[in-house]
Amino acid sequence: MSSRAKILRDGGGWDSPAAKALARTWGDKPGLIGWISTVDHKAIGRRFIVTAFGFFALAGMMGGLMRHQLSVPSNTIVGPDFYNQLFTMHGTTMMFLFAVPVMQGIAVYLVPLMIGTRNTAFPRMTACSYWIYLIGGLTLFAGFAFGTGADAGWFAYVPLAGPEYGIGKRADFWNVLVNFTEAMGLMVAVDIATVILKMRAPGMSLRRMPLFVWASLVMAFMIIFSMPTVMLGANLVQLDRMLGTHFFNPAEGGDVLLWQHMFWFFGHPEVYFIFIPALGFVSAIIPTFARRPMFGHDAIVLSLIATGFLSFGLWVHHMFATNIPELGKSFFTAMSFMIAIPTAVQIFCWIATLATGRLNFRTPLLFVLGFFFVLLIGGLTGIILGSVPLDLQVTDTYFVVAHLHYVLVGGAVFPLLGAFFYWFPKVTGHMMSERMGQWQFWLFFIGVNVTFFPMHQLGLDGMPRRVYTYLAESGWGTLNLVSIIGAVVVDMSMLLFVLNVVLSLFRRERAAENPWGAPTLEWAVPSPPPPFNFVVLPVVSSREPLWSRETGGATHVSGLATGTREGLVTTVLDAVPDVRYIYPSPGIWPFVAALAVAGWLIWSIFSVRGALWGMIPPTIAFIAWFWPRKRENDQHLALEKRP
Amino acid sequence: MNAVLDPAGPQAAHIAELWWVTLAVCALVFVAVLAVLAWGLWRAPRGDPQMVPGARPAPGAEKHLIRWVTAATVISTILLSGLLVASVATDRELAQLSLTNALNVRVKAHQWWWEVTYDDPQPERMFATANELRIPVGRPVLVTLDSGDVIHSFWVPRLHGKKDLIPGRTATIQLRADKAGEYHGPCAEYCGLQHAFMAFEVIALPPEQFETWAEAQRKPAADPEDAAARRGRELFLSGSCMLCHAIHGTTANARTAPDLTHIASRTRLGAGRLANTPQDLAAWIADPQKFKPGVNMPAHLLPDDDLKALVAYLGMLK
Amino acid sequence: MKITGAIGLAAAIVVVAGCEREQREFDKPSISSNPRAQAAGMSALQPGAPGRGMQPTASAGGYNEKSAYEIAQGKQLYRWYNCVGCHAQGGGGIGPALMDDQWIYGSTPDAIFATIVEGRPNGMPSFRGRIPEAQVWQLVAYVRSMGGLVSSDVAPNRSDGLLGAPPEGLREPKRPAENKPK
Repeated sequence: MSSRAKILRDGGGWDSPAAKALARTWGDKPGLIGWISTVDHKAIGRRFIVTAFGFFALAGMMGGLMRHQLSVPSNTIVGPDFYNQLFTMHGTTMMFLFAVPVMQGIAVYLVPLMIGTRNTAFPRMTACSYWIYLIGGLTLFAGFAFGTGADAGWFAYVPLAGPEYGIGKRADFWNVLVNFTEAMGLMVAVDIATVILKMRAPGMSLRRMPLFVWASLVMAFMIIFSMPTVMLGANLVQLDRMLGTHFFNPAEGGDVLLWQHMFWFFGHPEVYFIFIPALGFVSAIIPTFARRPMFGHDAIVLSLIATGFLSFGLWVHHMFATNIPELGKSFFTAMSFMIAIPTAVQIFCWIATLATGRLNFRTPLLFVLGFFFVLLIGGLTGIILGSVPLDLQVTDTYFVVAHLHYVLVGGAVFPLLGAFFYWFPKVTGHMMSERMGQWQFWLFFIGVNVTFFPMHQLGLDGMPRRVYTYLAESGWGTLNLVSIIGAVVVDMSMLLFVLNVVLSLFRRERAAENPWGAPTLEWAVPSPPPPFNFVVLPVVSSREPLWSRETGGATHVSGLATGTREGLVTTVLDAVPDVRYIYPSPGIWPFVAALAVAGWLIWSIFSVRGALWGMIPPTIAFIAWFWPRKRENDQHLALEKRP
Repeated sequence: MNAVLDPAGPQAAHIAELWWVTLAVCALVFVAVLAVLAWGLWRAPRGDPQMVPGARPAPGAEKHLIRWVTAATVISTILLSGLLVASVATDRELAQLSLTNALNVRVKAHQWWWEVTYDDPQPERMFATANELRIPVGRPVLVTLDSGDVIHSFWVPRLHGKKDLIPGRTATIQLRADKAGEYHGPCAEYCGLQHAFMAFEVIALPPEQFETWAEAQRKPAADPEDAAARRGRELFLSGSCMLCHAIHGTTANARTAPDLTHIASRTRLGAGRLANTPQDLAAWIADPQKFKPGVNMPAHLLPDDDLKALVAYLGMLK
Repeated sequence: MKITGAIGLAAAIVVVAGCEREQREFDKPSISSNPRAQAAGMSALQPGAPGRGMQPTASAGGYNEKSAYEIAQGKQLYRWYNCVGCHAQGGGGIGPALMDDQWIYGSTPDAIFATIVEGRPNGMPSFRGRIPEAQVWQLVAYVRSMGGLVSSDVAPNRSDGLLGAPPEGLREPKRPAENKPK
């Protein structure tokens, strides 16, 4: 396009020429190449979510198999070796391959829509990270399928995962998986943080930003500060295993506990950056279903930030049974108790909002109510575990298994399912069945409680974790049998969920733009949204843009080009328009770079030389990716001239 | 059953006290929060998506809500501070167990058994056993913890909380049993294939019975009296057993497997896996892998009378 | 989802070799742990090549140098059965070095098995009846790994102790030049 041609600007309705031009510019090429090379945040977000739920199903089946094995004493369904791989794979998959990616994927999908922009800031990086995630997860599972499943626990303590006792390549697969997933996490976190801070719609100052976007921002920063630690630690273990270094060898000056510190410094914030986006879901669902703005919006923002910050000071509570000095441990007790306070503030604000609203008891709200019940129990058992003497009795027992499932299932999966029901119409254009949703909720709620509540008592009865079976004289048989009944109920609810999704996708009626009457910007676009999100970027003048606006003043931004992928960069605090930005176009290089990085990491599992020479293909791929393109530069220059 | 809440010594008793206090506070908070939530849900009118949403309240219009939320937060903070004080206080109580006249025991954890050595100022009075810790009632015990391979964890729920045994780090744990009895202790840190079957028993005896037992343990192995036991000892010393196991008083002095000098005096075999009966011992020797797949002891295909002789010999090592 | 399938297949192919490496067999009843179970007619000390037909051979099964677990067990047994007492961590002392290229009686699994089970002149004791056959094969695999003769992805890594020798997986293969009794 010559620089002299008339540049069609955005503006008009969803059927206007501008909209059609935008659709052409922002659409993907058809076919496989188009699918691989997309930079549409919605496509990438959907991929993350679908893949994450796939891993969730796999890990859930492993959990079910574990429950079966433990349902009666001296059971022989699986032997110790396979059981050790099962619980390691279950934990690793749930934490690394499901919980974090699904939260990041939802953020990638929703955040640009919620803040009124066309795409995330670095969509090619996010596209690349998806492929890295997928290949990493598949590599771990391929290892599992062929007997090389990681078997040292999802936390892979040395020396059990170290060079002498971590026999074979199992622990190597785990360490390399950490590289895959943390690389993905960091890439997505940087993208989300940038788009939130720099690309919000004009007028959406930080004080007007939706709570889910705040949660995503806090999550992104937590990821950036915590993931490098575990990557470093895993790579140090790899050096010990492959090269014979002594980082974790006490006989030669290393320290076994170093790994625990490095892992848990990441591991504790990790559970919070799974939890905080879920809190964002709750904060998005409650105002919609209470038909009123959130009470204590500012308090909730500050609580989210405080939670994120404090979560970095808790990690030693996973190490209370070691011989670290007692006074030091008490500091971490204090911090563990302290973090309950911002969470409590949020809960109280939510209750206040619900109590003074007008309630619409649909499935998303039901899941939020289930979240209250289950998370409250989990949080309170967390207080019990935060105290050093109590922790010394119940840590590493089924009490902790109960606690962690209550906080993760209650604190993350309940809101996630509610969010799924809530945003499904927006993503797919179809409503989910309300009746099946209610059935699913009640089955899930009952099943989760029946499965995991008895485990508190099992821990008090002395049943340790990570045991593949137990003797009848221990007396643990009855409660384990109760637990499997709950697990079956949970399975039923999950089947119902899958059925609901599949049937809903094939409904004839299309969902409206805003079926729930919600306040945030993503509900101002058609369901599903077009590739360019908004025909004109909105100007925001309140916290609930679709519910209220100040009269007078601009309502939208006009003047962005439709022939290139042009967007607006605004200032950090008050979202005043700053510069125009050309979003990256689709391309194949993110995919190729991901393949090269994956090849390098997989090769490094088997060979030290691989770790070194394997760096060459990714280097080439990244150089090719970033090489400036003359045609693009010319186009951008043309747009920089005054219209 | 209910090991943690059935303390048999002061350490576990302190922890159980803290448990009840904390549980009471947490249960109170749980009921209160859910009650308020339920009340709020019940009294709020119903709405639907078409209903015009409430306008943003004017600043200062929701003062009563602010007051409630602030009050609830302040109450939560006070409760948490109280729990913190209780927790630190319990920690101090645990550290202040008097160690006068303490019994000194060293426990070294291996995959998947416990090596127990009773220390004594006079070296000839030291003795070793395995997978069993007998202690006198009412006397404090100072256990020094070490690991020979990976991380394990020492835990006797009815007596105290856990302490990890970490290679390269020597930890200690102080406990006391105030009631006679047998207290089960599973390994409480994942340590590989047979973490599930790595338990030890703590047996608290009245002091005189403990001294009798300790004296017996200090003696070397008894000499076999009948032909079967003699043949059993011959098999032990000429076969593969002596490569790993020690029986003091014979030429068997290896330390890579449990000390068998007084094996017949123990209540269980295989780190708690089997009861110490002749049939179970015979089955264990013939194929330990059947009971603990992956354990370091290999199978032994012995002819029946040889196995009987070996069991007869081991059975007289009280 | 063709790409997903293709990637999955590639990853699967890459790790197919893993299945043998990661096998762990626990149930191995052994015969020669009983000194009385020797077949009649076996002579006691036979230095040199193993007697034909009287000794279990590697090809009869029982020997597996493709399993990382077997070699790791062999490494543990090397320490527990006090091979270090004469051979140190491979550098030798009272006994010859095991990590160099001088294989006095040969580096084949059968030869090493015979060395351990029958003993050799000049001080290598016979462990027949002491060490079960399955464990002898584990030791054989480990001894071969000390000379770098097993694949590097199944060889053990460094041990968690004082560094006595480079990790077995990083050693150059030490094939015997010729069989030369010392």
